[in-house]
Amino acid sequence: MRRFILRRAILGVLVCMTVLVISFGLTRVAGDPALAVAGPQATAADVAAIRRAYGLDRPLPEQFFTWVGAVARGDLGRSYLFREPVANLIRARLPITLTLGLVGLGFALLIALPLGIVAALHEGTPTDRLVMLVALLGQAMPSFWLALLLIIGLGLRLQWLPISGIDDWTGYLLPGLVLAFSAIPALMRLTRSGMIDALGSDYIRTARAKGLSRASIVLKHAARNAAMPVVAIAAVQLGFMLGGSIVIESVFSLPGLGFLAWESISKNDFPVVQAVVLLLAVIYIALTLFADLLNAALDPRLRTG
Amino acid sequence: MLDVAGLRVSFGAIEAVHGVSLRVRHGETHCLVGESGCGKSVTALAIMGLLARGARRRAERIGFDGTDLLALSDRGMGRLRGSRIGMIFQEPMTSLNPAYTVSSQLTEVYRRHRGGTRAAATERAAALLGRVGISAPGLRLGQFPHQLSGGLRQRVMIAMALMCDPDLLIADEPTTALDVTVQAGILRLLAALQAEMGLALLLITHDLGVVARVAHQVSVMYAGEVVESAPVAALFARPTHPYTQGLLASVPVPGKLRRGQPLDPIPGSVPRIPPDFVGCGFRERCRFAMPACAVAVPLRERAPGHSYLCQLTP
Amino acid sequence: MLRHLPTALGALIVGAALLAALFGPSLVPHDPFAQDLLRRLVPPAWLGGDAAHPLGTDQLGRDYLARLVYGARISLVIGVVAALTSGLIGITLGVLGGFFGGWVDDLVMFAITCRLSIPLILVALAVVSAVGSSLSVVVLTLGLLLWDRFAVVARTTTMQVRRLDYVAAAQAAGASGFHVLWREVLPNIAHHLVVVATLEVALAILLEAVLSFLGLGVPAPLPSWGLMIAEGRDYMFFEPWVIMVPGLSLFVLVLGINLLGDGLRDLLAASRDA
Ligand SMILES: Nc1ncnc2c1ncn2[C@@H]1O[C@H](COP(=O)(O)OP(=O)(O)OP(=O)(O)O)[C@@H](O)[C@H]1O
Ligand SMILES: [Mg+2]
Repeated sequence: MRRFILRRAILGVLVCMTVLVISFGLTRVAGDPALAVAGPQATAADVAAIRRAYGLDRPLPEQFFTWVGAVARGDLGRSYLFREPVANLIRARLPITLTLGLVGLGFALLIALPLGIVAALHEGTPTDRLVMLVALLGQAMPSFWLALLLIIGLGLRLQWLPISGIDDWTGYLLPGLVLAFSAIPALMRLTRSGMIDALGSDYIRTARAKGLSRASIVLKHAARNAAMPVVAIAAVQLGFMLGGSIVIESVFSLPGLGFLAWESISKNDFPVVQAVVLLLAVIYIALTLFADLLNAALDPRLRTG
Repeated sequence: MLDVAGLRVSFGAIEAVHGVSLRVRHGETHCLVGESGCGKSVTALAIMGLLARGARRRAERIGFDGTDLLALSDRGMGRLRGSRIGMIFQEPMTSLNPAYTVSSQLTEVYRRHRGGTRAAATERAAALLGRVGISAPGLRLGQFPHQLSGGLRQRVMIAMALMCDPDLLIADEPTTALDVTVQAGILRLLAALQAEMGLALLLITHDLGVVARVAHQVSVMYAGEVVESAPVAALFARPTHPYTQGLLASVPVPGKLRRGQPLDPIPGSVPRIPPDFVGCGFRERCRFAMPACAVAVPLRERAPGHSYLCQLTP
Repeated sequence: MLRHLPTALGALIVGAALLAALFGPSLVPHDPFAQDLLRRLVPPAWLGGDAAHPLGTDQLGRDYLARLVYGARISLVIGVVAALTSGLIGITLGVLGGFFGGWVDDLVMFAITCRLSIPLILVALAVVSAVGSSLSVVVLTLGLLLWDRFAVVARTTTMQVRRLDYVAAAQAAGASGFHVLWREVLPNIAHHLVVVATLEVALAILLEAVLSFLGLGVPAPLPSWGLMIAEGRDYMFFEPWVIMVPGLSLFVLVLGINLLGDGLRDLLAASRDA
């Protein structure tokens, strides 16, 4: 187990380094950021001054290693646009995106787990096919369009929920629900197939031979075993959802990390873009590692074996 | 105690069990023998109401201690399972839930049927683990199934089936999946428990040696039917159905059966019988087959408690 | 019969979309780019619009039906080309990793992990923004990013096929690794890859719409469905149909492709069992 964690940690570091290179390269493939910062009225002298101020006149490899060195010390650079340390910007925005992601994951689990279990219990019947059709519908639903529909329907016509901003916790409900849609199909499929495997297993036959109640058989004996892969995928899906929140945040005007990234991309504010890409990658890697550890904690065979 | 008549089980177009009748009396060990695939497990599962989805069960009668199991709801059946009827399966490696400790799996059945505190259930579990020959029950209670060997798991399964003091224990080839060295121990344990607790034991097995040692009554199954049923002494002394005769003839020294003797004595293999099949299922492999075998097979009684299914008269 | 209904529905939708994309633009009597500022936001015919514009017109007076069928063409081209590109990358990586194992496989797994840890939409947006938005940039970006599932599936299925007797036999008979890959492995994993391909086409279409919606995909005035939704956003409270028409089209097309893919998987599974 310790060897396994070590291996995963080394892999994580290597991936982080690769992402460093990629996110750096990403922002330098085209366009002179100095021009964008300076604005259209700037003179050549202004641009040159900006270039010097941000170290953009240095050779690319030197810029890269300067940046990596700074990142290693926890310094993510300064935003051209907000004229503020990137770390401050992220510190202010990250909680919003994390909250949104967790609300989304909560909704996704709340919807996907019962539906997956119901489908498995009725495997092969019309109920099963209906539930799986819901998964397909969710998979085909363009999230931004769904968001707009909900804004029109729930927010405006019925005035139930706030449709933009986050004055209080209710502001997270609608965006969270939309975000959940992207994760529901995968979670539901996995729950269903895991439950089908579990329900057909010998230990479920044993549980029935013991005369246990149906609830205990399904929820205690089968679901517990089906849960292990679902937990792993849920963590991975949370990672994807944080990355995908950019769309939802822009539709609902939530000032989170995604919104920040979107603004920075359109304004060529590349220290911010680099930092957000890197941060999301690190979060994803951490989440997959966490999922493995959680799995080990849930599965006695991994824990003690 | 258990009285089954005309039990039929079909999976879609194949009928795995067609017309099995069995009687297991109080405190009796009844062995059900037959080669692989003849429908022994399906019979046991059908009695317990544990058949897989898609299986269809019909019977003239399944009675247990005066209760009609056919009329019982699933909930009513649930009250009997685990409390008055225990079952042990063929596959000890996969029959325990990998996610829960031995203790949790033992106590839950007791608390489900008998209630009481967790402490009382745990105490009972520890005592039973000791009784089924597990040393250091306290340690085992805290362990997970994957930490136990196959033999230990089967002992845990036996303890689990006995938690609520059942009247009937159905053991489906409890030793087939185990090492030969462990098999003897498990069988000796079952026989001892049966005698001590006054259980009715329906023991499914391949092994004629086992039958000779522990059975009171024996039923021989062939292709979904019980072809002969007799008290153990009568069966070995006067096997009547040609299949039973072949079975016994394949054992090297009659009367001195050895354990672990595989049961595949007659040329050919078990045919798959279509549901609309009439006549004797054994006729294609039978030395004495005659035209009448294709029409109908009478159930004959040779002596009280000794019946067989054949055209021949002894 | 009921079992095949979803598959048939999927095939119908995809077929209709293909026909619309191929022939629609030449059949619809309007130019998708021609503005008519006097006839702006005409509602669709069933909402009391006029018969000349069955699906109405947008905020610049361009015919919605003409834009919709042209948009179908964009969606399908992007979906198919992106899936082909990512298929080429992902299948190559996956098959190599699965077939050769060892350090090759470690490398492939590493590449997949890296790819998965990169936030997809964010990076696509950044690339398109940096390189400049155009149809080909969007296609290429998506193609370069969507290969992970191809790689994963190709890798695991190759590992399974490699253990089969006849593959081992071909190798023992001295066939070159490449020959075995091409003649024995690929044909045996192709059906899994076809199913992945349908999923990726659908995903690429959705992602293109997302990028265009966020203003960093297909550039205006091209009628991408995502862009049409973005442009309709300012009017959606008063004229909800401006986002309903392209949004529903997008949803139905993606659903159709997924239904077809699911049906294909079941069919292939059934034909192998038989
Ligand atoms: N779930 C099922 N679906 C379809 N057929 C089944 C199912 N379970 C059992 N059968 C069929 O029923 C027949 C009897 O099987 P059963 O398991 O009762 O045999 P058995 O006598 O217990 O054999 P063994 O000694 O190998 O355990 C077999 O031919 C088997 O193919
Ligand atoms: Mg069996």
